[in-house]
Amino acid sequence: MEFEIKCAGDSAAVVIFGDKISPEINQKVCLFQAALERDPIEGVTETVPAYCSLMVCYNPEIILWEEMYRRLSYVGTGLISGGFSPGRLWEIPVWYGGEAGPDLSAVAQFHGLSPEEVIQIHTSRDYLVYMLGFLPGFPYLGGMDQRIAAPRLDTPRVSIPAGSVGIAGAQTGVYPIASPGGWRLIGRTPIRFYDPERSQPFLAQAGDHIRFYEIDRRTFLKMEEQTNHLLCQRCGEQEAL
Amino acid sequence: MKIFVVQPGLLTTVQDLGRHGFQRFGVPVSGCVDPRSAIIANILVGNPDNAAVLECTLSGPTLQLEHDSVIAITGANLSPTLDGENVPLYQAIFARAGQTIRFGPVQYGCRAYLAFAGGIDVPEVMQSRSTFLRAEIGGFQGRKLRAGDQLLLKKGGSLPSHLEKRSLWPEYQPQEIFSLRVVMGPQEGVFTSQGTGTFLGDIYTVSNQFDRMGCRLLGGYIEHRGSCDIISDGIAFGAVQVPASGQPIIMLADRQTTGGYTKIAAVISADFRLLGQLKMSDRIRFEQTTIQEAQEAFIAQRKALHWLRHSLND
Repeated sequence: MEFEIKCAGDSAAVVIFGDKISPEINQKVCLFQAALERDPIEGVTETVPAYCSLMVCYNPEIILWEEMYRRLSYVGTGLISGGFSPGRLWEIPVWYGGEAGPDLSAVAQFHGLSPEEVIQIHTSRDYLVYMLGFLPGFPYLGGMDQRIAAPRLDTPRVSIPAGSVGIAGAQTGVYPIASPGGWRLIGRTPIRFYDPERSQPFLAQAGDHIRFYEIDRRTFLKMEEQTNHLLCQRCGEQEAL
Repeated sequence: MKIFVVQPGLLTTVQDLGRHGFQRFGVPVSGCVDPRSAIIANILVGNPDNAAVLECTLSGPTLQLEHDSVIAITGANLSPTLDGENVPLYQAIFARAGQTIRFGPVQYGCRAYLAFAGGIDVPEVMQSRSTFLRAEIGGFQGRKLRAGDQLLLKKGGSLPSHLEKRSLWPEYQPQEIFSLRVVMGPQEGVFTSQGTGTFLGDIYTVSNQFDRMGCRLLGGYIEHRGSCDIISDGIAFGAVQVPASGQPIIMLADRQTTGGYTKIAAVISADFRLLGQLKMSDRIRFEQTTIQEAQEAFIAQRKALHWLRHSLND
């Protein structure tokens, strides 16, 4: 596996696998992170995956830069990319349109599609979670069909409800918590991508895939009533690919 | 053990040394912006390094104690008083039930750390008591303090004794120009040699945009070779981002976990004690150092703190 290791200050190294957004490069990031978890380097405090790099935070009281560089190089040389995907698949129910997705018709009109066609296109692919960022539990998803790409709102909304599913440019995403934002909202999921009260506060992580499926308003309200614990079971875990 | 918040001050939050291990899920580290001052305050009152303290920004709070406690204030000098009597900084003090801690004008620095023996008792969220304001996580109900709040203290063991010995010289000194040492990278290659020269040669001034997330500077334009944006990657504490404006931003405790601006360098950990105290109009200069020197300086600082704890508890 080819990569470059650089300093990011005196307590972090960044391992760089390429300089474009692609599933192949992101998979290397996830494989490297998984390797560090299987076989931890003493002194590493946490790792932060991004599109094409992994930041490795460490405590210089325990391990110095030269040794960290040597150990990270060693981890990387043993890794072979391709084939295996360490991620999981999350099936996410979405109530499209209506008050849950106030921008669905605008997105449809933008491309001369019907709202149903937008939903059909949005639910027909598995989206790779490249990384989480921006907000706790916010997934940066890749692979959306260009046919439903839409520009951000000129004026961002002051507050978007948690669970909102949106489109911004060629990206789609889910708001984990209520937040201001300029994404076009096409629907809402009762699944919480972040819930501090859960023993596992976060659902997806980098390397997972997300598949959306449509539910109606009634199902949405019923699911929302259930506990998050039950929702997580309903959501299920499967091996991706 | 209770503390009553009479006045909250400008921005007073509960912080410990941060929420580590959750950046992969998009959760910022948070924690004290000047961790060294917080650790010293904790050592002086006999707490572990990571006990939760109050971080008081520029205009400090007014607090009334409902029980006897031992306190220490470090970092910025915000003219603290106890029932109207000046409180020396970097000194463990016995505070009686009913007494009032009040802060006055800023003498120097930006953030004062107020530690109580036992530490502030708020629930841990993701293994930390730090407040992360933007997502309302941790600390006291996920927010800054308000008038009328009641903080609980953890019941420590016995209060430390011989308080007169639990004292240090305040180490922070206001300076005409603060020198912050940096390790270059990770994207130093995207800047022209002139851009790098400007970054390391010019004097930068802290703008009015400085908070727990970052500190925007004004000064010489730092020139990029080509694009100033990169594909988002992780951001370390102290990372110096340079967006298209050519004006640097130093990333602090509440920085987002990933970002798409180029990072020319990172301030070294040993100088966070200066970085965490910067405020508007302060002037700074960046000084390049090596990763080896940076790590040696950090380790020396940590050793000195271990020694301090040891010598006070003997």
